[in-house]
Amino acid sequence: MAHTIALIILALLGVSLFYVVYQTIVGRPVERRIVFAYIGLAVSLPLFLKMTPPVSVTTDVQNLADELAKLPAGSRILCAYDYDPPSAPELQPMAVAFTKYAMRHDLKLICMGLWPVGPQQATMALEESLADPEIAAKGLVYGVDYVNLGFQSGQQFVIQSMGSEFKRMFPKDDRGSFYDSIPMLNNVVNFSNVDFVMNFSSGFPGTVEWVQIAVDRFGVKLGAGNTAVQAPQVYPYVRSGQLVGLLGGMSGAAEFEKASAEPGRASTFILSQMFGHAIIILFVVIGNTAYFKAGRRSTGGKS
Amino acid sequence: MRREIPLIITTVAGLVFAVSYFIPHWPFGEAESIFGDWISIVQAFAIWLGVLSLVKVSLEKVSRQPHERPYALVTIITLVGTIVAGLWAGIAGLGQTPMVSFRDTAAFSWIYEYLYTSLTSTMFSILAFFVASAAYRAFRARNFEATLLLIAGFFVMGGRVPLFDLALGSVTGVDTSIFSDFADWIMNYPNSAGQRAIMIGIALGIMSSSLRVILGIERSHIGGES
Repeated sequence: MAHTIALIILALLGVSLFYVVYQTIVGRPVERRIVFAYIGLAVSLPLFLKMTPPVSVTTDVQNLADELAKLPAGSRILCAYDYDPPSAPELQPMAVAFTKYAMRHDLKLICMGLWPVGPQQATMALEESLADPEIAAKGLVYGVDYVNLGFQSGQQFVIQSMGSEFKRMFPKDDRGSFYDSIPMLNNVVNFSNVDFVMNFSSGFPGTVEWVQIAVDRFGVKLGAGNTAVQAPQVYPYVRSGQLVGLLGGMSGAAEFEKASAEPGRASTFILSQMFGHAIIILFVVIGNTAYFKAGRRSTGGKS
Repeated sequence: MRREIPLIITTVAGLVFAVSYFIPHWPFGEAESIFGDWISIVQAFAIWLGVLSLVKVSLEKVSRQPHERPYALVTIITLVGTIVAGLWAGIAGLGQTPMVSFRDTAAFSWIYEYLYTSLTSTMFSILAFFVASAAYRAFRARNFEATLLLIAGFFVMGGRVPLFDLALGSVTGVDTSIFSDFADWIMNYPNSAGQRAIMIGIALGIMSSSLRVILGIERSHIGGES
C-alpha cells in the first residue's frame, strides 16, 4: 500500500515539474520552499518503495572486495572509524557492511578511532553486525574475535606511534582492559602484525593521513571508505596503488554490499539518493533552459 | 625567554620529525616517539580547553544576554548531562566482569543515538536542500569553465547512482553501465589529475611555510610578527 502511494506521489511530482518549467521560462522562478519540498519528497518517498535499483560495481570497489576475499580466516584487520554522526548516514552503512563481512568470514577486527566519537560509531556497527542471526550463531567473543581500542588524541601522530607499538597509543581498550590482557592482541605489536587496514573517514585526520603514514612509511595494505565529498581527494591514491580500493559515498557502500554479497541499508538508500540526484539534475536543466531562453540573462533570484 | 624557548622547541621538534622520516633510528626515532607522546598529551588538554571555553562562553550568555539564555542553558545542561551519564556508566562498568565501556551503556548510547546523531545528521542533511535551490538558481553555463563543470557534474551525478544507466536500459532494453563507467572515468582521470596538481601545490606551500617556522622566520604562532 505504502509502495503504491509513494509511487503515485512520485509520478505526480514528476508531472508537476512542467509547472516549474513553465514558471521558470516565463521569468518567475519558483520560490525556494517549493524546491525544498521537491527534494524532501524525492528523498523520503523512495524509502517506502519496495525496489532495489541495479548497481554496477566499479573497479575500485571490486578491487577492495577481491583483496578482502584473499584474507584467510583468522586474519587481523585494523579498522579505523574516523567520522562522526553528521557523516554517519553515508559511512555507517558501509561500516556495517564491512563489519558484517569481516565477522561472517571469521576475520578478527581491531577497531579504533582518531575522532573522539569514532569508537562509538564502531560500537554501533559491531552491535548491528552481532545482531545478525547468522553472525550471532557464531558466538563471537569480545577480546577474542573483535576488540574496540577506543579513541586516542594526537591525530596523525597516533598512526605514526602505532608504527612502532600499538600499546604505546592504546595501553587500555575502550572497556578499560589492559592491552596485554586481551587475547587477540597477544601477538599484535605494530602494523606488521595486522593483515589489512580499513579506514572509514569523512575528513581530517582520515584516509589521507593513513596513506601518508601507515602506507608510505610502514607498508600496510589499506582500503578506505569515504564520504562522497571527500572521495575525489583520495582518487589519486587509488590510481597510484597506495589504496587497495575505495568506497565512495552511498553508491560505494551499495556497490560493496553487492560485491561482497552483503545486502544492507545502502542498497535501499541508494534509491533515495538516485531520486535526489534526478531532481537536482532536472532543476539545473530547467534553470539553464530558462537562462538560454531569456538570452543568457539572469533568471535566478534568491537561493 | 618567552619567545626563545618556544622557538627552540619548534625548531628541534620540526627537525626531529623531518629527519626521523629518513633516519628512523636512534636518536631520531626515540625523539620522534617522545614528541609524538607530547602531541597526544597537548591535544588531550586542548579538548578540555575546548570544554572549559564552551562553559565560559555559555555562562556569560546566561548572565548577560537574555535572548541567548535558553540556548546557552540547553548547551550547559546537555554538556553536563552527557558527561555525568558517561562518567557514571564508565565508573560502574569498570567494576563489572567483564568490564563494560561507557559507550555500551543504555544512558550514554541513548543520548548519542537519539539526540546527538539525529540532531547533527539533520543539520548536515539541510545542505541537500540548499544545494538543490542554489543549483536551480545559480548553476548556469555562463562561460566555458562553468559549462565544463556543469557537464562533468551532470554526468557524475547521474552516473554515480544507477539513474542514467537505468534510464538508458529501460529505453534500449539492454543492461548497460556506460554512464557509470563514464562517471568513473571522470573521477579517475580528469579529477585525479586536478587533485594531484592541487596536492603538489599544497605540499610545496606546506614545505616552505614549515621551513619558515623551523628556521624561526615565521613567528606568528608565538605571538610575534612574521
